[in-house]
Amino acid sequence: MAVTTSTPTSPPSMAQDLLNSLPKTLKLKTKQQELLIRVTTLGLIYILAFITRLFSVLRYESMIHEFDPYFNYRTTLYLTEHGFSEFWNWFDSDSWYPLGRIIGGTLYPGLMLTAAALYKILHFLRFAVHIREVCVLTAPFFASNTAIVAYFFGKEVWDSGAGIVAAALIAICPGYISRSVAGSYDNEGVAIFALLLTFYLFVKAVNTGSLSWSLASAFGYFYMVSAWGGYVFIINLVPLYVLVLLVTGRYSLRLYVAYNCMYVLGMLLAMQIRFVGFQHVQSGEHMAAMGVFFLLQVFFFLDWVKHLLGDVKLFQAFLRITVTGAVSVGAIALGVGTASGYISPWTGRFYSLLDPTYAKDHIPIIASVSEHQPTAWSSFMFDFHILLFLFPAGLYFCFKRLSDATIFIVMYGLTSMYFAGVMVRLILVATPAVCLISAIAVSATVKNLTRVVRAKVQTLQSGSGKGTSASKGSSKGVIDNSQPFQKNGAVVLLLGAFYLLSRYAIHCTWVTSEAYSSPSIVLAARGAHGQRVIFDDYREAYFWLRQNTAPDAKVMSWWDYGYQITAMGNRTVIVDNNTWNNTHIATVGRAMSSYEDEAYDIMRSLDVDYVLVVFGGVTGYSSDDINKFLWMVRIGGGVFPVIKEPDYLVNGEYRVDKGAAPKMLNCLMYKLSYYRFGELTTEYGKPPGYDRARGVEIGNKDIKLEYLEEAFTTQNWIVRIYKVKPPKNRW
Amino acid sequence: MAKLIFVFLTLIPILCNSFTPEKTSDRRILVLLDDFAVKSSHSLFFKSLQSRGFDLDFKLADDPKIALQRYGQYLYDALVLFSPTIERFGGSIDAAAILDFVDSGHDLIVAADNNASDLIREIATECGVDFDEDTSAVVVDHSGYAVSATEGDHTLIASDDFIKSDVILGSKKIEAPVLFQGIGHSLNPSNSLVLKVLSASPTAFSANPKSKLTSPPSLLGSSISLVSVIQARNNARILISGSLSVFSNRFFNSGVQKAGSPTKHDKSGNEQFFTELSKWVLHERGHLKAVNVQHHKVGETNEPSIYRINDDLEYSVEIYEWSGKSWEPYVADDVQVQFYMMSPYVLKTLSNDKKGRFFTSFKVPDVYGVFQFKVEYDRLGYTSLSLSKQIPVRPFRHNEYERFIPAAYPYYGAAFSMMAGFFVFSAVHLYNK
Repeated sequence: MAVTTSTPTSPPSMAQDLLNSLPKTLKLKTKQQELLIRVTTLGLIYILAFITRLFSVLRYESMIHEFDPYFNYRTTLYLTEHGFSEFWNWFDSDSWYPLGRIIGGTLYPGLMLTAAALYKILHFLRFAVHIREVCVLTAPFFASNTAIVAYFFGKEVWDSGAGIVAAALIAICPGYISRSVAGSYDNEGVAIFALLLTFYLFVKAVNTGSLSWSLASAFGYFYMVSAWGGYVFIINLVPLYVLVLLVTGRYSLRLYVAYNCMYVLGMLLAMQIRFVGFQHVQSGEHMAAMGVFFLLQVFFFLDWVKHLLGDVKLFQAFLRITVTGAVSVGAIALGVGTASGYISPWTGRFYSLLDPTYAKDHIPIIASVSEHQPTAWSSFMFDFHILLFLFPAGLYFCFKRLSDATIFIVMYGLTSMYFAGVMVRLILVATPAVCLISAIAVSATVKNLTRVVRAKVQTLQSGSGKGTSASKGSSKGVIDNSQPFQKNGAVVLLLGAFYLLSRYAIHCTWVTSEAYSSPSIVLAARGAHGQRVIFDDYREAYFWLRQNTAPDAKVMSWWDYGYQITAMGNRTVIVDNNTWNNTHIATVGRAMSSYEDEAYDIMRSLDVDYVLVVFGGVTGYSSDDINKFLWMVRIGGGVFPVIKEPDYLVNGEYRVDKGAAPKMLNCLMYKLSYYRFGELTTEYGKPPGYDRARGVEIGNKDIKLEYLEEAFTTQNWIVRIYKVKPPKNRW
Repeated sequence: MAKLIFVFLTLIPILCNSFTPEKTSDRRILVLLDDFAVKSSHSLFFKSLQSRGFDLDFKLADDPKIALQRYGQYLYDALVLFSPTIERFGGSIDAAAILDFVDSGHDLIVAADNNASDLIREIATECGVDFDEDTSAVVVDHSGYAVSATEGDHTLIASDDFIKSDVILGSKKIEAPVLFQGIGHSLNPSNSLVLKVLSASPTAFSANPKSKLTSPPSLLGSSISLVSVIQARNNARILISGSLSVFSNRFFNSGVQKAGSPTKHDKSGNEQFFTELSKWVLHERGHLKAVNVQHHKVGETNEPSIYRINDDLEYSVEIYEWSGKSWEPYVADDVQVQFYMMSPYVLKTLSNDKKGRFFTSFKVPDVYGVFQFKVEYDRLGYTSLSLSKQIPVRPFRHNEYERFIPAAYPYYGAAFSMMAGFFVFSAVHLYNK
């Protein structure tokens, strides 16, 4: 049943030519040559995976990107400075003022610990690097490791040829690069490595039935749990896989050993992560794994009883009773657990994965994040390119040669593709599966085709049917029928395949350099004369905060910028990207969408000293606060019904020009964004106060602030900071 | 040369004295007058100030050389505006400059009068006091007027409706009514800081006594304020009076008999009333300071940077009151401290040791977050104390929980019996064949 771990029967011919040219003294045996080529290729892939992710460093500088990575960077810094114990017990009073946040208990520490360990190792080796460099390069480093794991996985599932192709594909696949360029210091950077490693080790354990592989996979799972909340995918996919094997009659002792050991040890290990804690036994998302665990025991027991009884009829009766009993006990346990509140129901995030429309109706805060939107077709094409076509072909090959391992990879591929369709960011999870399955398609096709091509040269040798699998056999049959035509066709197809693969490589490089290497904290644009213009307004503003405000000043902004303000500005924020308290965020949303005097009361009650807004009207930067504003209204209105979305719309249309709703023109966010904007001419030939991000002339040019005063506006007006005035002296 | 040094050395203490931060009472007062006649006609009031150690600087309000500040430093600690008719101040002073003067913590006494200028009205309005918009209107009271030899038009009224506050008006009761002749004002309801010190009687109204009333007067009854004070948030104090003559020697010395009242007082209450009120306005009374806020865990003395939930802590603050000469311990039993995070989690009344130290101890609530020790002490007449000190409260560390709890003994037992059982089972299974 296990996949025959076959070594490739025909090493690439080109390599042989290369080797022939070497001096005779270096002549190696075929097997050694093959090994050498394989290792060299893998080494090159390893390097390629790393360097292709360095565009961002070359284009900009060695810096942390985006939003969440800044939190990770800040915590890593804390970890290296204060040690593990302090980090584990860190109560951060700088965020979520005045609630604070227990950092140690509310994060996945895997990434920080990994980076800190790398940092320690480097320092032990006397490389005096800064922790920031380590953080910036962690993701590319782990991407390289992922490629190696992909090789072993491919080898386990199919053969080493497929493994090498998989490693090469995943090394440059844009779907993965989008989350692992240098500077993208986020959980996913190490989590994809951990995910693939866990799957690989588990498949290996299932194939071998070995306790040690199973233990290794439990540790892989532990690393995954420590690194990313996406571990829920593992703990649901693996039981589903086991269930499918049970249903299709592929139950074996190997599976029993692999799953039980992995589940029990993995669960115990995962409980050591504070953020996960008792969820494995208490949360609805993890119950499937537990149910399958018990089911396996029942299965094993039945197997044993069957073995003991030896009487079919008696066993049938026994089976019926046991299965009914087991199922009803399980159902009752689940029902009682859920009803008593011991087992928590599924979270909103989980629901929104199963039902793409759920978040939009129930949890605006999840729906408001752009990476949680359903995926557009174009982004599949963008992220996968030819893999999108190779994927079904690979599935075909997998079904052709069905084994425990291929069943796993097929299930992984299909489920993750579904999730990738639900949420943009989950393309990342699907990428390894798509690469592996496509690699099987590429490898199998190329292998078959080369065999056809080589068949002419070595007619006699290849004539003897070596192929063991069905696909090989069939292709052989065709060859014998019409060789000359077949050979030409094979050459053409081979050339076509290489053309496609080279297009893939070009596409990946282009996407990486153009789309995925922007740090998003420094913006680049083309100037009027085609030169590159850099907008470094974010850092300008954060450093202004750092240097010009009181150390305990509280800054209110929309939650997107919370992590950056604490990490770069070193100031207390009201809300940040860890959106754990919806009410608090709604309060900020309410303040932003209220009139100035109402907002002032809210800000006073939160001790706000500064308000920070992001404004793109001057530069044409479209992801600014005015464009996010409707989400603030929705989230604020979700908790405080005084805020009503229709008040900000005109006939269901969101506008900021003269025709805008009166409440819109006078709410705090509008005033802060457009304060004194009416005096500015942004574009030649347009009236003053022309908003370039929305392409309209603003509707309220005469904005007076009563309770706030402008404190700082960056060079390109992208970030504007206002000071909240103290209460009037004589009133 | 030696003489110069000697002069300089003797000057040092004086110079230092003038800059001491401990000094809360005002020392230099600028008095702006319409004409210098007021200086002699109101000399009793000025004398009482001078006798209390104030240095008065009399200037005509339209003197082009007057200035409140020089090189960014204020030259005076308080300002007395006895120039009700002035339309434009001389020098660089205008309404905004005077309000800035107040907003930077200095005191102000404003007297309006029958034909008060728009400038004076504007300053008053900015302080939450609205004089009657009818410029010819004065306060008339046909039943609470002061009895005089001639019948008159009842614009000279005797009022005894004082604010009930010993801090503002002194502990000695003012027996005689206060004579008042001038315009009335109302308090802006949106201003929470302005106080009516002397209000008109319910029968008073504000109108032009020389013309016939055609429409109901805009100001009526006891909502008319005659003298008001404002204590700004920065503790600057402002006195606004609708009459300049109330400060005059004539009113100070004249006898008074309220219409309908049998008692005739030889001397009106004006002198006592305005002397006491000026003491309050110039911070000789009712000025508190809080110093030395301390908090620490019970049994320790150093202030921690963070507390843990359920810690026991002690909080103390010292509060003193300015007696005019020195800081005296403040004694009260209604000072409270809040342990505050969006709402007070702990609210405790502080006990005091009569030496100015207020203290209490309490347990940190079982909630983590960024708390504040807050003392919000607002009492009528006293400067408002608003102290807040931020302190984070953290949850237990992972090793601060109890290591073994009795309730979990079944689980410990289960775990160890499982281990033992597994060991025995393995041994039997492996070696018993």
